[in-house]
Amino acid sequence: MIEVKNINKYFSGNQILHDVSIDFKKGKINLIIGASGSGKSVLTKCIVGLHEVDNGSIEYDGRDFTKMNFKERKNIRKEIGMLFQGAALFDSLTVEENVKFPLKMYTTKSQEEILTRVNFCLQRVNLENVNSLYPAELSGGMQKRVGIARAIALNPKYLFCDEPNSGLDPQTGIVIDNLIQEITEEYNITTIVVTHDMNSVMETGDNISFIYEGKKWWEGNKHEILKTHNQELCDFVYASRIMKKFKAL
Amino acid sequence: MISIFHHIGKYFLLLGKVFKKPDNFKLIRKQIIHEMVSLGIGSLGLIAIISLFMGAVVTLQTASNLNNPLLPAYLIGYATRESFILEMAPTVMSLILAGKIGSNIASEIGAMRVTEQIDALEIMGVNSASYLIFPKITAALLFIPIIVIYSMFLGALGGFIVALYSSGMTIEDYITGLRYDFKPFSIVYAMIKTVFFAFVITSIPSYHGYYTRGGALEIGISSTKSVVYTSIVILIINYIITQLLLL
Repeated sequence: MIEVKNINKYFSGNQILHDVSIDFKKGKINLIIGASGSGKSVLTKCIVGLHEVDNGSIEYDGRDFTKMNFKERKNIRKEIGMLFQGAALFDSLTVEENVKFPLKMYTTKSQEEILTRVNFCLQRVNLENVNSLYPAELSGGMQKRVGIARAIALNPKYLFCDEPNSGLDPQTGIVIDNLIQEITEEYNITTIVVTHDMNSVMETGDNISFIYEGKKWWEGNKHEILKTHNQELCDFVYASRIMKKFKAL
Repeated sequence: MISIFHHIGKYFLLLGKVFKKPDNFKLIRKQIIHEMVSLGIGSLGLIAIISLFMGAVVTLQTASNLNNPLLPAYLIGYATRESFILEMAPTVMSLILAGKIGSNIASEIGAMRVTEQIDALEIMGVNSASYLIFPKITAALLFIPIIVIYSMFLGALGGFIVALYSSGMTIEDYITGLRYDFKPFSIVYAMIKTVFFAFVITSIPSYHGYYTRGGALEIGISSTKSVVYTSIVILIINYIITQLLLL
């Protein structure tokens, strides 16, 4: 479980996050949704430590991340897997080397054991015979799956996904959503997904936090989101014509 | 002015991160070898062409300016050797490498920054500055002095080819000039300069790449800035070291 308590973040005097508090539950997909520029990516980067919060705390199973030194943070980071918006695979490394990277960096496993783990992770995301390919030779969906394979290589306790299906067709997007859901349940990890894709919200939203102008505006699940009367959330959810028609029904 | 101090401070803070104890020595060693191949061996062809032609041109120009019966012909070889050892090989080749290697490093690290690959390293708990920049600096410190010595030999060879086919001098005169009044300290001086230049050629572009923000346009700007600043710093260091060591 990750508990975010009253965090604030400023950039050059502008307050981006206003007193945000959210509990991200273990074994569930926790969604952070909101319009572009609402502060959801900044919030995620604060949680993983890529940005420092100005005040408030972030607790990973009771361990306050904001009060940790570099070494302690490093240990927590070994428990974090992250899938980036553009997959962020290392261009100069093959698929196999990308997935191997965290294993080689942090484990004392033999080459054979590492290769077995790499192949297991790639099979888990339904990828085979791609070990020797470079990221540029893969489709967007395949890159995302390699990103997931790399993120789960070290058996993380916490999985972060930044807009996992952006740039993907709806069908591939659903494949990625389902994969994240399966992995979350299978390994009982705390997963945080940042998205503004309503398909993902309706597919995987166990615990949804809506961020609006840097504040946590609403919290609920995929069933509650359809019944909400919160004006800003309704504007976000029913932005498309098809959703407006759906609401009218 | 404040901005210059801001960048200098940020540059030294980055160097502090670069020289922290690496997470995994085995991986770093592999990276150093990889960088030596890509940055060093990849530059040998360009350096060979430039050194040969510059050696030839310096020899021709010296020959045309020393066309006086009172001046011994071996001075042509002597002038070629001195200009190559003292300036052409260490300084001019470093300026060329600042363009070739520097833009390569800035754009590579800059692209990694904008595509979140550096964030991915940080999330994994890897000291990204050390992992990406330390091998490049180490590889350059090991390989650029070799490139400079290689350039010295090829510059002399360029002059030799001119002497071979030119009617204005003989090969014997040229070789006598190459060997005349040789001071080994000139090589030491050139190597001291080269070590400083090698550090600058890799660290300044790494700094510009590492702090790139934005997209493709900003990567280009970082790459250009890195070449400009590296060249200026090389010239300033060249002046300071020459003042300290030769006078």
